[in-house]
Amino acid sequence: MITVHHFLTLSAILFSIGTFGVLTRRNAIVIFMCIELMLNAVNLTFIALSHHLGNIDGQVFVFFIMAVAAAEAAVGLALMIAFFRNRESIDVDELNLFKW
Amino acid sequence: MEVLLFYFIATVMVIAGFMVVKARNPINSALSLVTTFIGLAVLYVMLEAPFVAAIQILVYAGAIMILIIFTIMLLNLGSELKKRYTHGLAWGGLGALLVLLVTTYFVDHGVVEGAKGDMTLATIQEIGHTELIGTAIFTKFLLPFEITSILLLVAIIGAVVIAKREV
Repeated sequence: MITVHHFLTLSAILFSIGTFGVLTRRNAIVIFMCIELMLNAVNLTFIALSHHLGNIDGQVFVFFIMAVAAAEAAVGLALMIAFFRNRESIDVDELNLFKW
Repeated sequence: MEVLLFYFIATVMVIAGFMVVKARNPINSALSLVTTFIGLAVLYVMLEAPFVAAIQILVYAGAIMILIIFTIMLLNLGSELKKRYTHGLAWGGLGALLVLLVTTYFVDHGVVEGAKGDMTLATIQEIGHTELIGTAIFTKFLLPFEITSILLLVAIIGAVVIAKREV
């Protein structure tokens, strides 16, 4: 029998994989995709708990999270294009303008 | 049968999620990410949320991934250079392990309780899942919904202004 516990554990594993990617990769687009992975792990938590409690609110939250993720994708990728135009690379190690 | 399906999907998702992190070529990462999204959609169907599953495929596996793949191809990124990066890998792995431990601790020791709603399988089949979500969005969550529209407008304008060569 699948319980809500299974889904939450899977979500935790996916979230930490995403964290690992964000912390270790240097390609900005891959970091971005890992952030999407983390957002989706949270979405899975919302849906699992919404199903468990019989409450529709969690699914509405997922709807809003998807809207925010879409907005984030548009702005984030535009930022990457602007950055690539200046530096000819999207390696986050080269984002050191504010470093001293 | 359901248990078997769950473990199969979960295994595929974890492997694909790991491939997102591991792949050298960003296109391979993107394809693995699509695999993860489709696995999530299957899990949403198992959790009796067909509307969210459809949105997951349309918005995530469709729109957002197309945007990411366009950007990868537009920037013409090759594979990453094989620089040694063991320090960062060790610290990143440690941080991710810490996150995993904390989250699994909370999942294991937390008690799932809260306001029980009236959404059961019977109401979903009688009224329809999309109608339930629509009613909630346009009554209880009307203000957040309107704010979301402003957010999307700002994102559109922001993306155009940032990516433009000369403003």
